[in-house]
Amino acid sequence: MAAKKLNIKDKYRLLTRDLDWEFSYQDHKKAFPFEEFEGIKITDWSKWEDPFRLTMDAYWKYQAEKERKLYAIFDAFAQNNGQLNISDPRYVNALKVFLTGVSPLEYQAFQGFAHTGRQFGGVGARVACQMQSIDELRHVQTQVHAMSHYNKFFDGLQDWSHMHDRVWYLSVPKSFFNDARAAGPFEFMVAIGFSFEYVLTNLLFVPFMSGAAYNGDMATVTFGFSAQSDEARHMTLGLEVIKFLLEQHEDNVPIVQKWIDKWFWRGTRLLTIVSMMMDYMLPNKVMSWKEAWEVYFEEAGGALFKDLARYGIRMPKHADLIAKEKEHVSHQAWWIFYTHGHAAGFHTWIPTDEELDWLSEKYPDTFDKYYRPRWELAKEMEAKGERFYTKALPQLCTTCQIPMGFTEMDNPTQISYRESIYKDERYHFCSDGCKEIFDEEPEKYVQSWLPVHQIFQGNCGGPDVEDVLRDYYRMNVGADNLDIKGSPDEERWKKWKGVA
Amino acid sequence: MSIEIKTATLEPVRNTYANVERRFGDKPATRYQEATYDLQSEANFHYRPLWQPDLELNDPRRTAIVMQDWYAFKDPRQFYYGAYVQQRAKMQEVAESNYAFFEKRDLARFISDEVRADIIRYLVPLRHVEHTANLNNMYGTAYGFGTAITQALLFNGMDRLGMAQYLSRIGLILDGNSGDALVDAKQQWMEADIWQGLRALCEETLVTEDWFEVMVAQNLVLDALLTDLVYRQFDNKLNEQGAQDIGMLTEFMQLWNKDTSRWMDAVLKTAVAESDENRALLAQWIETWRGKAAEALAPLAEAMLGAEALAEALELLDKRIAKAGIK
Ligand SMILES: [Fe+2]
Ligand SMILES: [Fe+2]
Ligand SMILES: [Zn+2]
Repeated sequence: MAAKKLNIKDKYRLLTRDLDWEFSYQDHKKAFPFEEFEGIKITDWSKWEDPFRLTMDAYWKYQAEKERKLYAIFDAFAQNNGQLNISDPRYVNALKVFLTGVSPLEYQAFQGFAHTGRQFGGVGARVACQMQSIDELRHVQTQVHAMSHYNKFFDGLQDWSHMHDRVWYLSVPKSFFNDARAAGPFEFMVAIGFSFEYVLTNLLFVPFMSGAAYNGDMATVTFGFSAQSDEARHMTLGLEVIKFLLEQHEDNVPIVQKWIDKWFWRGTRLLTIVSMMMDYMLPNKVMSWKEAWEVYFEEAGGALFKDLARYGIRMPKHADLIAKEKEHVSHQAWWIFYTHGHAAGFHTWIPTDEELDWLSEKYPDTFDKYYRPRWELAKEMEAKGERFYTKALPQLCTTCQIPMGFTEMDNPTQISYRESIYKDERYHFCSDGCKEIFDEEPEKYVQSWLPVHQIFQGNCGGPDVEDVLRDYYRMNVGADNLDIKGSPDEERWKKWKGVA
Repeated sequence: MSIEIKTATLEPVRNTYANVERRFGDKPATRYQEATYDLQSEANFHYRPLWQPDLELNDPRRTAIVMQDWYAFKDPRQFYYGAYVQQRAKMQEVAESNYAFFEKRDLARFISDEVRADIIRYLVPLRHVEHTANLNNMYGTAYGFGTAITQALLFNGMDRLGMAQYLSRIGLILDGNSGDALVDAKQQWMEADIWQGLRALCEETLVTEDWFEVMVAQNLVLDALLTDLVYRQFDNKLNEQGAQDIGMLTEFMQLWNKDTSRWMDAVLKTAVAESDENRALLAQWIETWRGKAAEALAPLAEAMLGAEALAEALELLDKRIAKAGIK
């Protein structure tokens, strides 16, 4: 008998989609209990278009091939002390931010997609989520392995997961993902699958990975390239989710729009950390944050939302405000870290004169006017031996948990400050976007574990900040924190390079 | 001219990450250790999940099993992602050449109509059991605690999807890609009396809430019984009936079962060694699910193999339970 040729779609349907069945002995809703409470209406899971039709045997084969190549590079990197090829020891601080702030998010993505990969009632959607779940586990593990060699030669990487759960600025990325995972499964998919993976991922990964390439970091570049084909799958899943939800029922449209507004805002706040990495932390610059935002959001995202208009979806709320903020956020963020550099798990510094000129050139409308004078002042103080650290702990926005350092866009010298009263308590916000998110779900956000509040309440040891850093954060005080100048990182680098 | 090869020996500041050092001392760590221990958040969660507000996002209380340290569940295979996919890629390479050989030589033509009907009746419907196992392992992945066990559950879940797909391919080989064998097998699964006990049991595992209990019901009780019934006893029967070539198509599952029971046995041993409470709980779960499974599988085992088959499988299961120190 001659076997009939099957096309990929039919084959995938037969191998995978038909595995499901109608329950006869138990209530199907009890097996998939979280599908309805968000108000999303799914009328027919069989309309799900599989975003990629990868069977497990093919998955094992391709991924194993990628892993073999990747680990060969890691081995060579360690053997040849590849860290000696980086541009400048300051660069490693971007890796510290990445490992303590971003890699744990890969872990949470693994967990979140395992949750949706178990909970969705449709087998096609479930399997796609499961594959993303295992990919995300791959990402956190390969990142830990890529940084493993750096950890042996630089400070500040050693206790990344302990730090992620505790350190004040790391609650920004942690709470972002906790928020998505604490939401229902459909909101999680819009938050992470669509808003994060599809709309914003290029603004996270391209800068870090190109940053690695421009700064001689082979290990990071290689895992970045290796993760690219995974990311391509994640992006198609994110897009399919949105289209599926919007096509299933018109009542889903306003819910999805609300989530897009929320997660776009939450996402851009999270990306603040990338903005400062690009503009300040990379010794060899790739492009400015402003340029990256224009290319990866304004152009690419603009086209996407034009495409989604036919479903009744509009641009995310406050996109116009973000267009103004791109001129400011990186400068405001690095200033916060510079002035709190004694409490950060990585080193900070004043940009070199050359770098200040680069910033002036890239931000002609704002840098000289608002930010350069600060750095000139900081330089003067440093020259006098009075490197400036602020004593006060910052107040945090209840929603995004970033210190209140952002300014009004019509008056960039005025700190932007919003508040809400809920059950007789006052809550503070950095922006209208963050206040609106809180006001929509106050019961959720009053739970925020705000690190500075926690320190004041005595929940993080103490009494002094240094006690918190040493005992609760487990930082090696004097090695992990403070300025790069005079740090053990810098000292070792000079010794390796034979410079005084 | 003499060439001097300089290899810089730089003194490392530390040998591994601090959390690994706290567990194993300041010495070089394995990739498994760095990729496994303490990866999952354990403190300071921001919001309770809307879908389960009585618990934290990551919470050890989603099972009644209690562990001092959830990382005691070390995987004897030391699978982290990279090690796992490379191991499975090797297995799939063998499977792929087996399937290709089988199809190229059209070995299906040596199988009698009667045996072919048996394969569709008894083997192919197991794709739905594998699908259940996929969900049950994803359940532990999502709600379990500690990377040591949740990553192993994820690998298991993905394996089960892979095996559901292999079983589907067996159907497609037998029906010349028409899909008729899969339709017939599904009809068996949905309607034939011999399958209803197992289908009801699968549905029951999917609504069971304690993830450790689900893992034991699926990965120990059901898997041990089905592995013996299908991949040993039914395989023997196919051999006797001249359909030994089907063994090429199920070799993956045979190898897989060896690999995975090694991990599962280690998990049980560790949980039992932790406390008498754990041991008692496991004993109770196993007794319950063993009873249900024996009842559910009885008609299937008898139709497929004869009256003695189930007893043999149960004996093997009991040996594993005893070896884990549960009875
Ligand atoms: Fe990822
Ligand atoms: Fe991703
Ligand atoms: Zn905010």
